[in-house]
Amino acid sequence: MLNYTFRRLLLMIPTLLVISFVVFVIIQLPPGDFLSNQIAELKSQGDTGSLEKIEFLRRQYGLDKPFMERYATWVGIWPGERGFSGLLQGDWGWSFEHDLPVKDLVGQRMLLSFILNFSVILFTWAVAFPIGVYVATHQYSWSDHSLTLLGYVGLATPNFLLALVLLYFANIEFGLSIGGIMDPEFLSQPWSWAKIGSVLTHLWIPVIVIGTSGTAAMIRRLRANLLDELQKQYVVTARAKGMPPFRLLVKYPLRMSLNPFVSDIGNLLPSVISGSAIVAVVLSLQTSGPMLLDAIRSQDTYLAGSFLMFLSMLAVIGTLVSDLLLAALDPRIRLTGGAAK
Amino acid sequence: MSATDERLAHYVSTEPFAPYAAEKLTPEQERFYRASQWQIMWWKFKRHRIAVIAAAVLLVFYGSILVSEILAPYNLHTRNATHIYAPPQEVRFMHEGRFVGPFVYGYRMQLDMETLRREYTPDPKRIYPMRFFCRGDEYRFWGMFDGSFHLACPAEGGTLYLLGTDRLGRDLLSRIVYGTRISLTIGLLGIAVSFLIGIILGGISGYYGGWIDNVIQRFIEMVRAFPELPLWMALSAALPVTWSPLLVYFGITIILGLLDWPGLARAVRSKLLALREEDFATAAVLMGASPQRVIGRHLLPSFTSHLIASATLSVPGMILGETALSFLGLGLRPPVTSWGVLLNEAQNINSVALYPWIMASVAPVFVVVLAFNFMGDGLRDAADPYR
Repeated sequence: MLNYTFRRLLLMIPTLLVISFVVFVIIQLPPGDFLSNQIAELKSQGDTGSLEKIEFLRRQYGLDKPFMERYATWVGIWPGERGFSGLLQGDWGWSFEHDLPVKDLVGQRMLLSFILNFSVILFTWAVAFPIGVYVATHQYSWSDHSLTLLGYVGLATPNFLLALVLLYFANIEFGLSIGGIMDPEFLSQPWSWAKIGSVLTHLWIPVIVIGTSGTAAMIRRLRANLLDELQKQYVVTARAKGMPPFRLLVKYPLRMSLNPFVSDIGNLLPSVISGSAIVAVVLSLQTSGPMLLDAIRSQDTYLAGSFLMFLSMLAVIGTLVSDLLLAALDPRIRLTGGAAK
Repeated sequence: MSATDERLAHYVSTEPFAPYAAEKLTPEQERFYRASQWQIMWWKFKRHRIAVIAAAVLLVFYGSILVSEILAPYNLHTRNATHIYAPPQEVRFMHEGRFVGPFVYGYRMQLDMETLRREYTPDPKRIYPMRFFCRGDEYRFWGMFDGSFHLACPAEGGTLYLLGTDRLGRDLLSRIVYGTRISLTIGLLGIAVSFLIGIILGGISGYYGGWIDNVIQRFIEMVRAFPELPLWMALSAALPVTWSPLLVYFGITIILGLLDWPGLARAVRSKLLALREEDFATAAVLMGASPQRVIGRHLLPSFTSHLIASATLSVPGMILGETALSFLGLGLRPPVTSWGVLLNEAQNINSVALYPWIMASVAPVFVVVLAFNFMGDGLRDAADPYR
């Protein structure tokens, strides 16, 4: 197991490298950059004082350097103006638009993003697991059909619309403040119990909204897996020998069908992060989604880059966790080095 | 009675001798065994009632693309400044107990001086009978021929807003009908892109195996780890502002396809890995067929049906993706009209509270996505007819 974990961790290094490269290419794709736009504007106003600062920033971030060098400096494997200072050293760069280090800007948002995505995963599991098992053991019953239908509906409704409608009703029925992940007065305060409480009362709308499609997909998959298992010989044998139905279910078929369930986290996480990005924009949550959108629009290169990097990293780590869990569950995987998956 | 009488008379059947009679196929079995693979698939698909209905629904939607201009009662850009945010008009048949045929009541509009909201109420004095197969707004059919023929038009001097109007007084129903053309084709084009990449990379990976397979698999894992939407957002923001709407449209389809292929590539690979060991593949290789020929001619056809099924299942993801991007204002831009562009106007809470009919554009999204899912399920079940 230790060997497998080590190998799996080693594999993450090239993955993250490639991801960082793709991210950097994408954020550099739009023609021009934030600073040259800014410089053009300042020049037209004849403002030389701030022009100097921008020239300084330009040099600092090497915007006049060739592409590969800028990338290497950004990651931190090539000395820039201030020596080795990039992602690897924990320097996320400078946000041109907000005129602040990216790190100061995004800290809390990333934390909230993490909390949100984590709760969505928990919600998905908590709902999908019992329903999936119930539906599989009661195949073709009335509840099976209606839950399947509900799952399809969840799959087909665009997230953001559900968010809008739920938001509206939450406001009318429960008087929750519109939008946001906490009451506005807590935003700039340090963490306290009251703040946590406020986050919790606001969290359920986005969690439900983002969770529906993932839950629906997971229920379907668990149902299919469990149904496959339930038809196998050993189940028939055990039943013929008089094993109590519930114990039989829990003892073997459920454990077997748990496998794909766990490996699904790897798929679930990127889609949850995607979903949360758009829902966060609609609900104006103080997570990474809306700020990322702004940064992309205003070509705030490093801010957008670090958000994209953060979200991708979240997904990569999720895949890692799911692979490790899977290896713990299934000896075949850790012995053949993941080739069986 | 004597014992000899009880004995049965010697009997020989006069029927011709047929030792295989028991193994003879009934006409039905014969039909089944002689049918081609695709025919059996079709029979199997037909049994899946919901999938057939879904296919019919999709056919109707895709058929409407061909004649959007005729189906829509108004032109895409027709504005009516006196009917801004007008609610849907109900089609009625009876007026004061008398049958008139399909008609709508006109609006009586009042401006609420406190909230500055336009309030519309049906005005029973104004009766606008609908006209059918009529001449109405001018349009250019597929941007090529001028025409003015519509399936249904408003009465002369009257209005016909079956789904209400938007903030510029444009008919929502007409806009949804036009939007169908963009939204539905974007999914197909996106799938075409993702198919191309998926089959090529999956094919190479599965056919050659070894280190090539390993490299491609790692690459696929990386692409899968990307959260789609943020990446789509970044990519579509990179489309130059100077591009014409048509170019943006193609740009978006390529972006959508660019992230969708890993699932398909994996499916192709796992099938190829199994199939390349089959005798017919070995035979083809021994006869000197090139890899392209072995893959394209011998291996791919044996799981085309699976590919079609999985493609059907990923079209809805693309339609939803386009909707999401346009909703955020990063996808298609007006004057190109897709369902996502229409929903962009429903972005704020006001429209939910005050003008809920603006959200009508979500209904076709919902129906089409559901239909694709149901049809895909049916196709997947039918894809392997010999099971």
